[in-house]
Amino acid sequence: MNLEPTEVQAAVAATARAYARNRIAPAVAENDRSGKFPVQLIRGLGELGLLAVNVPAEHGGSEAGAVASALSVMELAAADASVAVIVGVTNMVAETIARYGSPGQKERHLPRLASGEYLAGAFGLSEPGAGSDPSALSTRAVRRGDRWVLDGAKQWITSGDVAGVVVVWARTDPALGEGRGITAFLLQPGMPGFSVGRHEEKMGQRCSSTVSLAFDGVELPDEARLGSIGQGLAIALSALDGGRIGIAAQATGTMRAAIDAARTYALDRKTFGKPIAEHQAIAFMLADMATWHDAARLMTLRAAVLKERDEPIGQAASMAKLFASEASQRVVDAAVQIHGGYGYTEEYPVAKLYRDARVQRIYEGTSEIQRMVIARQLLRDP
Amino acid sequence: MDFQLTEEQRQVRDMCRDFAAKELAPNARRWDLNHEFPRDAVKKLGELGLMGIAVPADLGGAGMDNISYALAMEEISRGCAGTGVIMSVSNSLFCDPVMKYGTDEQKKTFLAPYASGEKLGAYALTEPQSGSDAAEIKTVAVARGDEYVLDGSKNFITNGPQADTILVFAMTDKAKRHKGITAFLVPTDAKGFTRSKPDDKVGIRASGSCSLYFEGCAIPKRNRLGAEGDGFKIAMGTLDGGRIGIASQALGIARAGYELALAYAKERKAFGQPISQFQAIQFMLADMATELDAARLLVWRAAWMKDKGVRHSTESAMAKLYASEMCERVTSRGIQIHGGYGYTKEYDAERHWRDSRITEIYEGTSEIQRLVIAAGVLKD
Repeated sequence: MNLEPTEVQAAVAATARAYARNRIAPAVAENDRSGKFPVQLIRGLGELGLLAVNVPAEHGGSEAGAVASALSVMELAAADASVAVIVGVTNMVAETIARYGSPGQKERHLPRLASGEYLAGAFGLSEPGAGSDPSALSTRAVRRGDRWVLDGAKQWITSGDVAGVVVVWARTDPALGEGRGITAFLLQPGMPGFSVGRHEEKMGQRCSSTVSLAFDGVELPDEARLGSIGQGLAIALSALDGGRIGIAAQATGTMRAAIDAARTYALDRKTFGKPIAEHQAIAFMLADMATWHDAARLMTLRAAVLKERDEPIGQAASMAKLFASEASQRVVDAAVQIHGGYGYTEEYPVAKLYRDARVQRIYEGTSEIQRMVIARQLLRDP
Repeated sequence: MDFQLTEEQRQVRDMCRDFAAKELAPNARRWDLNHEFPRDAVKKLGELGLMGIAVPADLGGAGMDNISYALAMEEISRGCAGTGVIMSVSNSLFCDPVMKYGTDEQKKTFLAPYASGEKLGAYALTEPQSGSDAAEIKTVAVARGDEYVLDGSKNFITNGPQADTILVFAMTDKAKRHKGITAFLVPTDAKGFTRSKPDDKVGIRASGSCSLYFEGCAIPKRNRLGAEGDGFKIAMGTLDGGRIGIASQALGIARAGYELALAYAKERKAFGQPISQFQAIQFMLADMATELDAARLLVWRAAWMKDKGVRHSTESAMAKLYASEMCERVTSRGIQIHGGYGYTKEYDAERHWRDSRITEIYEGTSEIQRLVIAAGVLKD
């Protein structure tokens, strides 16, 4: 048993932590208020190698592994969950292309994703009528000679308007049952027929953009296909397993920020003649918050370790995501409670943490989907 | 970072799993019902080195690390929670402090026979009016010639009814409060020592606990463990390790409850299908498995830190707090999944739930764990 980070893992975490403190944290309030995509911050993260942490160096990645990637997301999220989700999704897209892409696709997209030239990668799976159940998606790609023609729409796409590359899943064989007959494609902005629709006005994670995408007869060469025909759903589900580790890491970072803020406030604020931290009602909340944080962190890192060893991670990733996001919700709630009325104002950081945390239980598979995944496995195990 | 068990650790786990399946699980219900101490099973545990896992082999133990201890405690407690606590007290609360603070002579007398299961040890800190607040103990020890004379009483002492030697904490200098506490190894055949009938407990009924009485109980000075005034430090340091044991016990009880519920859910039908096909049941099972997993990682982390020799008070408290409260939730849901059957003695679900309850109380209540953790959080 060894739970110590390696030198490389510790170095990546330290890099992310320093950047989070020095560059991300000072801009948090303004970025939350404006809701503008943080272009400069993302470029800086590209320079530090944090946009493709677990991608081979030959393609411009940091080749530091899945654990380092999770540690990096934790550190970034402790400063701003919005930045963490942009980075998490970009890493996920880069890893997906590294794993399933052709040599040409890798050469073309990976260095640009890693460096920040692309600003972000996006993951175009959800649709207005297909979120938790991606096998029900209705975007279509029809083969015409050596080209594909894409029609349909996507929704809730993180960074969909700024991403230099978007992975889009479409039904290529309507005759096949729901889960099969789905294929993934790589789209780029500016392609005729590809347009960005509505920007969602979100309650939290506001400087990460979330948009709908429309495909109106988008013509793609066959080289834009990612993986083989019909492999789409398998690619999506495998990417999501990794993505869930990213959200679990993000939730862990949010918890740390909430605990730090609540602790600072509780030591400072006095009632009945002493700091409220000395009242058991408050101290015990902090104890529970710290315990949940540590458990979430361990589950997240364990899932990342399994991923590095190339073992099945579905169960571990879902458990980490479920536990961390549910715990994060409780932790930010307690942090607001500890702040009393001040916690309900934007004057203190916990109000934003409270808003930011809510989506962690929803995206990359709701808590309900995670429980389905976990239960399915439990019932299958001997 | 690997989160991986070594080959040796896996072997310990498998050995304990086999032992629990053969020797403990088939008897656990009977021991619980009859409030029966599993004398033979404890003897066999000793022969396997499990009553003193961390004690070096030449002193009668197994010479293994704390991860192995956590694994063994989980497996043994999964078979029988009462046996689990008998083992935990022997390991964490008796052998550990004797090994850490004992003189060579004390180790000879008080370690080898206890680690090997030939004799049984206990730990007596709690008194009728001082449980969580250990500095308030009233039992006194007065030096007289070559002896100390003890007066006072202790209660809720696990292994008390069967113990051959008990590590007793008594006040040698009241003015110094907790710094006036000293630890003694008291043989239960000492004059002036008596014990009550075993307590009639809600759960862990295979293990016995009782009150101890010291009336002019004289023991030789060489039975003092550590220096005068070291008692509080010994008591608290010992509990850090004990918490890993109880947290692991909670893992074992919870796993027993969870596995039983899973098996029942696959078998039992309602509305034309196994109840495991309903989301209401599936989601309970998913939460149970997830919380179990979270608790196990907290336990392993604390054990790993103890093996490294770094301070682990906060981490042990987190493991104990989370694992014990998880255990109560999981075993309670186990009853829920069993429905009416879960409320009867026909199934083991109710025993697991009864067994779970104590894990939130002994070796530091949940409230004490939160105090310890909060102190750690606020100090950082």
